[in-house]
Amino acid sequence: MASAVMNMITAALDWVTVIFDAPLARAVVFGVHIDGHLVVEVLLVAVILFQLTRKSYKPPKKPLTEKEIDDLCEEWVPEPLHPPITEEMKAEPPILESAAGPHTVIDGKEVVNFASANYLGLLGNEKIADSCISSLEKYGVGSCGPRGFYGTIDVHLDCETRIAKFMGTPDSILYSYGISTIFSVIPAFCKKGDIIVVDEGVHWGVQNGLYLSRSTVVYFKHNDMASLESTLEKLTRENKRAEKIRRYIVVEAIYQNSGQIAPLNEIVRLKEKYRFRVILDESHSFGVLGNSGRGLAEYYGVPIEKIDIITAGMGNALATDGGFCTGSVRVVDHQRLSSSGYVFSASLPPYLASAAISAVNYLEDNPSVLTQLRSNIDLLWKGLSDIPGLAIASHPLSPIVYLKLKKSTGSSKSDLELLNVITDRVLKEDSVFIVSTKRSVLDKCRLPVGIRLFVSAGHSETDIHKVCDSLRRVAALVLV
Amino acid sequence: MTVLLPIPPLVPIPPIAVPGEVRRMVRLTYLTALTTLLGYVVFFVFGFLRDLFRELLNWSKSDDLRGYAPICPPFEDFYTRRIYHRIQDCFARPIASAPDAWIDVVERYSNDNNKTLHRTSTASRCLNLGSYNYLGFAAGDEYCTPRVIESLKKYAPTACSARADAGTTRLHVELEDLIARFVGKPAAITFGMGYVTNSSIIPVLVGEGGLIISDSFNHNSIVSGARASGATVHVFRHNSPSHLEEVLREQIVKGRQPGTHRPWRKILVIVEGIYSMEGEFCKLPEIVAICKKYKAYIYLDEAHSIGAVGKSGRGVCELLGVDPADIDIMMGTFTKSFGSCGGYIAASEEIIRYLKHACPAHLYATSMSPAAVQQVISAIKVVLGEDGSNRGAKKLAQIREGSNYFRSELKKMGFVVLGDNDSPVMAIMLYNLAKLPAFSRACLRQNVAVVTVGYPATPVLLARARICISASHTREDLIKGLKVISEVGGLVGAKCLPAEPEKAKKMD
Repeated sequence: MASAVMNMITAALDWVTVIFDAPLARAVVFGVHIDGHLVVEVLLVAVILFQLTRKSYKPPKKPLTEKEIDDLCEEWVPEPLHPPITEEMKAEPPILESAAGPHTVIDGKEVVNFASANYLGLLGNEKIADSCISSLEKYGVGSCGPRGFYGTIDVHLDCETRIAKFMGTPDSILYSYGISTIFSVIPAFCKKGDIIVVDEGVHWGVQNGLYLSRSTVVYFKHNDMASLESTLEKLTRENKRAEKIRRYIVVEAIYQNSGQIAPLNEIVRLKEKYRFRVILDESHSFGVLGNSGRGLAEYYGVPIEKIDIITAGMGNALATDGGFCTGSVRVVDHQRLSSSGYVFSASLPPYLASAAISAVNYLEDNPSVLTQLRSNIDLLWKGLSDIPGLAIASHPLSPIVYLKLKKSTGSSKSDLELLNVITDRVLKEDSVFIVSTKRSVLDKCRLPVGIRLFVSAGHSETDIHKVCDSLRRVAALVLV
Repeated sequence: MTVLLPIPPLVPIPPIAVPGEVRRMVRLTYLTALTTLLGYVVFFVFGFLRDLFRELLNWSKSDDLRGYAPICPPFEDFYTRRIYHRIQDCFARPIASAPDAWIDVVERYSNDNNKTLHRTSTASRCLNLGSYNYLGFAAGDEYCTPRVIESLKKYAPTACSARADAGTTRLHVELEDLIARFVGKPAAITFGMGYVTNSSIIPVLVGEGGLIISDSFNHNSIVSGARASGATVHVFRHNSPSHLEEVLREQIVKGRQPGTHRPWRKILVIVEGIYSMEGEFCKLPEIVAICKKYKAYIYLDEAHSIGAVGKSGRGVCELLGVDPADIDIMMGTFTKSFGSCGGYIAASEEIIRYLKHACPAHLYATSMSPAAVQQVISAIKVVLGEDGSNRGAKKLAQIREGSNYFRSELKKMGFVVLGDNDSPVMAIMLYNLAKLPAFSRACLRQNVAVVTVGYPATPVLLARARICISASHTREDLIKGLKVISEVGGLVGAKCLPAEPEKAKKMD
């Protein structure tokens, strides 16, 4: 069988060779012996030359003429820069006429102020005011330059050393605004390809930092350690390359959207098990938690070296402005050139840095102010336990006391309207100043809205009883 | 136990290309570019070799991190470790006085080749040519400081609260009315920090489906805000209205997606009044005309120009004859000319009302310190003459004359100087990386404090020294500064153009 096929093929090939060779056999043109294959090659070259001389084929597409572009530009109508202005947008916050201490003046009337995060009661402190005034007389108000170009004043360096000494870390770095601290720190350490596991209740500053870092962001349920563990497990199990990329867990010590406290001991255990780094935002817990006010790590008894990066805004307990970040020497040094909020912005006004130093000195010398704050929070809890229609939703130790509606109306917007009615009436009728949650359109947080009360060590017992009575009365009228 | 071979360290190569018209503007010759590049190559080679040695030496040591990736991979901070640390003493110099015309620069020493610097208790008195103190409000002022101290005693350093909660005081309302009146717009809103103003306002105005067209030399805060907004960002060549028109036409026709040609929701063009690294004004009248024609919104960032230019200090609009009503959003900061801190946005009533409702910095961030607010109010009153004296007009005239005199003298000496007439910011081109520390240290030895900038704030080949003139500099100060810069510039080799000695002698 095979040999028959072979015979047929050889016969066919012979036949082909004979045909090619026959007419030109033994023909010699210009001394070149003409073989059959030359004919094929000449034909191929001829075909190629023929194709090259044809016009190339472009798909039919008419380019737009100038006039057509002009018409398209004429037709295009942009949306307005702002959406239609609704009634709720016209609401104005109350205007203060004196310092925002435990008692302040609004519209000529004295009110009890539960809306300022003045946890240690340092607003109006004489020593701090004196240090500010001497700083103002020596350095003026602004620092007129970024830290790299003669904006570094010796009080900044003193403040950084003082805070590092207080926290027990090697070094710290000062930022000129509280909210810009976290959204500059996160992009400095997290780049594209890194993994960040973050609580879903973090505030807008953290969300903005996460977006700017372009890393892979995974949310876990608010303050739920089981959800965190399962997320970490899933991420490390599936990802074989997980060892080579940087991985972070971002949490707040006291969440300003709900008043919950993050369980740091659990988080550190999980971090060491799965090899993640922790970024902790201590804006509302610095100067509040712990026996001497050193924050969440002291409260849980976790050594401070286990937390990689700690950031905090100083606009709360320390009663000044700005923020700081602290950690190991490598962490702090890296930010001096790569953190955009530090490099490209003017530095903190020197008088606010002196105020920070005085505030930290005061805190270290008078730890009794923390026990006063804690007893005030306890007293407020007792008073608010029986408000009709409102329930306390924050942690018993949190200085932000969060009141939620017991029965929600179903939509955030109408809940907020109801709560605003309560806060307005409380202010107008009983001269007590409290505030409800504010949510920006850019905020991705979906936690329930509520009323916030900021407790201060400067509040007296009468103040606390007054706010409880007032809320009880107004809530009964509004939420019946 | 796994044994890791030493991986040769990666070296990051920064972008080197310089566009044609920028090359012409800074007079970059091929010889200069090549020699500068050669300098960088030498640094990189040495840095690479040192990194390699470090890897080899550390190979045998145990791995401390054990399962963690390094928090800072070696190539990310290559520039910091191998280049910036050598010249670290030229940056972040601490001062021990107010940032006025003369400052006390604290002396620092280092025991480990500039890697860490330590402060001493001695300071040297230097002429300050680097701080943004255009109108001289930095140190105490006879009208402003008593009022600031009074406000501090009345309102405390801060309100510990956001503007939307309990942070709004009478002073904040007064400042917003005053700044709106000063700039020429119906309403304004203020924030505690200029950087945060840009980063949080741009996402509120333009979201996904919108287009942002920004100048290629725009500041980092604008870039950060544009990226955070989620809109598509395109860049047009620096200060080129024709290229802006080209980009607009192309984008309106193309639409949001290439296939479906869905139209853009809105287009926002972002420009700055004075570009701080070059000192030149933006071509505002042409850009406004183009934006009006194509119905794009325009956002003007006047961080450096508000209070410093214009006949009455009202900024670039007054100087170039543009009606403020033609610009949709005017942004500015109080740090530079008014000696305070913070930023503002001035626009129509409706836009400001919407921003107050929706902007995250207004709802969440601590409100501006009342003492700083009072400083701005008093400074604006001085500039407008409402304090009862003509100090404001005198300051404006002084800064204009001072900067024009300084710039013309520098040009006569043969330096390549960037910056337009009437602009208080000017840049002397140094190009070469090694000239930066030489210029900076030599000037400091002669008691003149200058600012030198290189990569990454400027393009790689275009390092420069930047001068900011202030209204508190007297004519003698400027002459002393010129003398020192001339001497040091000659030593360093920065006088690239032919000098005009006859004219210079005549001025003396």
